[in-house]
Amino acid sequence: MTQRTRNWLLLAPAGTWFLVMLIVPLTVVLIFSFGERAPAGGVVPAFTFEQYANLPARWAAFKNTMTLAPVGTLAALLIAYPLAYFLAVRADPKWKTILLVLVIVPFWTSILIRSYAWIFLLGGRGIPALLGWFGLEGIRLINTPFSVLIGIIYGYLPLMVFPIFVNLDRLDKRLLEASSDLGAKPWRTFMQITLPLSIPGIATGCMLVFILLMGEYLIPALLGGGKVFFVGNALVDLFLQSRNWAFGSAVAVTLVVIMLITVTIYMRLINRLGASREDVSIM
Amino acid sequence: MRLYTICVYLFLYIPIGVIALFSFNSGRHASQLMGFSTKWYGKALNNPFVMEALETSLIVALVSATCAAVFGTMAAVALQGIKGPVRTVFDGLIYVAVMIPGIVIGIATLIGLVTLFDQLNPLIAAIWPEGFKPPKLHMGMGSLIAAHTMFLMALVVIIVRARLAGMDRALTEASSDLYASPFGTFRQVTLPLIFPAILAGFLLSFTFSFDDFIIAFFVAGSETTLPIYVFSSIRRGVTPEINAIGTMVLTVSLIALIAAQILMRRGGKETK
Repeated sequence: MTQRTRNWLLLAPAGTWFLVMLIVPLTVVLIFSFGERAPAGGVVPAFTFEQYANLPARWAAFKNTMTLAPVGTLAALLIAYPLAYFLAVRADPKWKTILLVLVIVPFWTSILIRSYAWIFLLGGRGIPALLGWFGLEGIRLINTPFSVLIGIIYGYLPLMVFPIFVNLDRLDKRLLEASSDLGAKPWRTFMQITLPLSIPGIATGCMLVFILLMGEYLIPALLGGGKVFFVGNALVDLFLQSRNWAFGSAVAVTLVVIMLITVTIYMRLINRLGASREDVSIM
Repeated sequence: MRLYTICVYLFLYIPIGVIALFSFNSGRHASQLMGFSTKWYGKALNNPFVMEALETSLIVALVSATCAAVFGTMAAVALQGIKGPVRTVFDGLIYVAVMIPGIVIGIATLIGLVTLFDQLNPLIAAIWPEGFKPPKLHMGMGSLIAAHTMFLMALVVIIVRARLAGMDRALTEASSDLYASPFGTFRQVTLPLIFPAILAGFLLSFTFSFDDFIIAFFVAGSETTLPIYVFSSIRRGVTPEINAIGTMVLTVSLIALIAAQILMRRGGKETK
């Protein structure tokens, strides 16, 4: 058996699996998005842009996603950055790894249970009931954009911290020393050295969080109470309740296309920033 | 700065801690902290629906993590020695599998497989011998395992490849110079070195599959996994029983994660 045949045999199961379970299904979604709805709930093959023309019917879901996903990403960034900075630059090297692991571990545990924890905390018999003892009656926290935002930050904070930490950790600390030796105040060192050099980490973190947020279903479903819904919630409704597969496919394709456009813009931006970063390091 | 860090850690761990704390609380609500009790665990473990969902989740997680670890490792090893278009295509597939949102994977698998089954079922019925009831392909545990395996394979390839890339090439070259067969080299040199990464990939895959809600929601057919059960219970209203189930689910994930972390770290040190 030559090495070539052996490699082919080794790749065959994974390749077949990807073909049957990824490529074929995604192609079916694409084909269905140009089809027409069948009376029984299936799809009649056709080539029409009718489903795409109908997209404004789900405008609210797209609008919510495109507002709360950037806002959530930004909020996560603002909370994550100081933490990543502390872990990478200030923390005792002895504790660094364990502190980092403690940030990442929640991300790998069930997002369902973690969102449920906030239902428990923010729900009528949780924090609002406690506030009631202090005379603050009638405060509603659950099923508001605020509770969805809390859920988003809670769910995606670890994913934001990690790339920024990696970036700041690799940063040449001698640059910071040089800056302060030359008489720069800590704040100025941060603004002119640390922050510009950590932009690639920020961009990676934002992109990861933003992409996952765009496909989010659970957090708005559990913490938004039907009032704050994302494209994901529209998709569940279209596929599992109203069974409009053709229109649902068009919504799914649109979501993926918006994601691809965002990723491309981000990549371009990072490349440009990467170029300017070279300039900094040369200086 | 230090205070801020402590606050963020509190933010990350208080909700989990509260769930764990109230799972041992004999009162029903967050505002009623009463005595210590394990009655909610007893209630959860004696609920046949919970046990059935737990069994489904465990089978799905074990089978799909095993398939992903085996096929993913095979692909990673093969990709190590390949360049050119095949490698580009595989890199693309892995990228797509990881980047496409879980909800779209769930939808695509649902309509893709239902369409496929609609075509295949009449065919099977036609070729099946007369007088026997032909099997009918439908969405269920099999489709869920297949969907999870697809995604997890991409994850295992990424983890194992990182390990292979960090491996000293001189070791495999020395082994073949000493007339070991390619399989002998793999079994005696490569496999022991990448084994921690494979095991870590398996454990991460297991946790992912065990915790996954969104893909299962679309693909599981009439089967109920534990996350699906928990989701529909939450929809019916918050009960202390969910706290107990939640605490158990978190504990399972935490144990698997800590083991995976230890394996990946120990593995990283050996080759240095």
